[in-house]
Amino acid sequence: MADSGFSRTCPMPLRHAQVQMAHGGGGRLMRELLEGVVLPAFGTSELEARHDSAVLGLAGERLAFTTDTYVVSPRFFPGGDIGKLAVYGTVNDLAMAGAMPRWLSLSFILEEGFPIAELQAIVESIRTACAQCGVAVVTGDTKVVDRGKGDGLFINTAGIGVMPEDADIGPHRVKAGDAVLVTGDLGRHGIAVMTKREGLAFETPVESDCAPLHHLVQALQEGGIDIHCLRDATRGGLASVLNEIALDARVGIEIAEAAIPVDEGVSAVCELLGLDPLYVACEGRMVVFVPMEQALETLDLLRATPGGEGTERIGTVLGEELGTVLMRTRLGTQRILDLLSGEQLPRIC
Amino acid sequence: MRFVEEYRQGQRVEKLVEAIRARVTRPWRLMEICGGQTHSIVRSGLDRLMPEGVVFVHGPGCPVCVTPVEIVDQAVALTTHSEVILCSFGDMLRVPGSAQDLLSAKSQGGDVRVIYSPLDALELARRHPDRQIVFLAVGFETTAPVHAMSVLAARQQGLENFSLLPSLFRVPPALDAMLEASQGGIQGVLLAGHVCTVMGLAEYAPLAKRHGVPMVVAGFEPQDLLEAILKLVTHLEAGEHGLDNAYARVARAEGNVHAQAALNEVFEISPRNWRGIGMIPESGWKLRSAFAAFDASLRFNLPSGVGREDPACCSGLVLQGRMKPHECAAFRVRCTPEHPLGATMVSHEGACAAYYRFRKDKPFHDKVSHG
Repeated sequence: MADSGFSRTCPMPLRHAQVQMAHGGGGRLMRELLEGVVLPAFGTSELEARHDSAVLGLAGERLAFTTDTYVVSPRFFPGGDIGKLAVYGTVNDLAMAGAMPRWLSLSFILEEGFPIAELQAIVESIRTACAQCGVAVVTGDTKVVDRGKGDGLFINTAGIGVMPEDADIGPHRVKAGDAVLVTGDLGRHGIAVMTKREGLAFETPVESDCAPLHHLVQALQEGGIDIHCLRDATRGGLASVLNEIALDARVGIEIAEAAIPVDEGVSAVCELLGLDPLYVACEGRMVVFVPMEQALETLDLLRATPGGEGTERIGTVLGEELGTVLMRTRLGTQRILDLLSGEQLPRIC
Repeated sequence: MRFVEEYRQGQRVEKLVEAIRARVTRPWRLMEICGGQTHSIVRSGLDRLMPEGVVFVHGPGCPVCVTPVEIVDQAVALTTHSEVILCSFGDMLRVPGSAQDLLSAKSQGGDVRVIYSPLDALELARRHPDRQIVFLAVGFETTAPVHAMSVLAARQQGLENFSLLPSLFRVPPALDAMLEASQGGIQGVLLAGHVCTVMGLAEYAPLAKRHGVPMVVAGFEPQDLLEAILKLVTHLEAGEHGLDNAYARVARAEGNVHAQAALNEVFEISPRNWRGIGMIPESGWKLRSAFAAFDASLRFNLPSGVGREDPACCSGLVLQGRMKPHECAAFRVRCTPEHPLGATMVSHEGACAAYYRFRKDKPFHDKVSHG
């Protein structure tokens, strides 16, 4: 059994009899739950590809299909709300496969007693976000559960997008030598939710980076970039994305601490609360893997596109240290950037 | 950003490392007392920047790590009382008790809340007069005054539904015990910068004299630690022992007198059992009898049995600096942060967690002595 990762053919025995918060954290325990309980039951090749969307073939066309559920608490936070997230999050998962997002389903689970006025505000937010992304809500569902059984509101959205003919984007394409870029500064979303949740007031409030990413992907596709892999950095942050890709693609990744963009305000709050910005959730940032030769072009294209101005190249894919993410610190020493243990910030998206 | 970024700059660090290399003529074994310093050293790779022969012995300055199993068991037992809201800092939730940790007690229906400050616990007590708020008060002298102030505030506000389950430790007696046990194996000490900020330096002068070692108050950022190490090796090379302060911008000789006053009003010195080390006289704080009403162990009927540890866990040896985490047979195999055998793999200040997170088990050039 590998010492630093999980063998996909032999799921680790689960040690917990009950679900813990950390099982939803985007880190090791969640991976254990998926590999031990969920994935073995289904075993489809689409699930095994472990990418943000499944790509399905249908009489010559290819569609991308994805789903996500939103349980963020509090529901309204600086820079966004659960409705906006429910659209952007699913749109972004489609975009990570290279698809053009087109249609969404929208399902609500409402707790008895939930204020209709708040529901209206959330629905309005969903409507605006859909218009901005050019997607249509075409089907849905609503359920109500007894007071005390639902914590306000949970939203599920599933999304369908259309794949360009030759798009082949996923961990399987990541190769040694690929450049690793991130499209903006990290950790804003997690900190925005956290500060609202804990009632912390700062002179310079941090706003969520909640935003759609498909137009950034489109800019790269139109610019002729041979995109190898994309992943949006949500729960578990940049570190989790890099570790997932390193494990799924069986590569090593090395990044430079000094190159990673983190806003001063986010950094300050993280210091105060003892959080590491590399593990804090974003909701409008993606990690991009492209061939070495196209790194500069990719950087220029993204920086020239609204929403991508803060793009930085942060590292390189290695052909050794497989499954591991290494970080060169500002002091010139090297350390591991490990998969998240436990739950850094619950109910973040 | 000032105050943090300034102290992490590569160039200044390079100069300090060069100065240390230039100063050192022979091997030195240095101990950093505080777990936060251990993390900073391992995370930044400072131990790898040292000249050959200068090695770190990691001290037991991690209150989560040294809280006895019995206290975790008592906290878990409290969560089975339906009226209790058990409040704790996040780290304590995954520390293994004899049978389970607080996180699994939470997933089984216990009301366990993670808070950032004891003031949050007071707020809960105000908002829920029908519930019993118990705060698992873990810490060294850095946090003990805040716990004292929460008790004083509770008394002043007439909150009768608030109590502490204290696990509070003092550094000087533990340092004394470790230096005694090491029989000269620890040659210089980096003192815990924030403990000293609260308590001042007076308690350390007699220790430095009795054991004949130099001690330097150190901060936590790479530059702060390197400045302290430079002072320490300078004293060692000159054959000097005594106290020095490399964290003077924060820690003053007299400490924070207001914090000390609150601490002494509410708590008194008592013997404490340190997980993995054993009973050290006068090494802890307990509530004074005037504040007995705020003592959860008196308010509730708590189990008093001796806790059970996993026999494969080497935390004790790690905490005493006699073993490095990667030398433990269970490290990375049976013992991981998700499934820890002991507290040192759980806490943000635990040595095992630091090595697990930041290192790939490459053996260091130092040899570890067992005893």
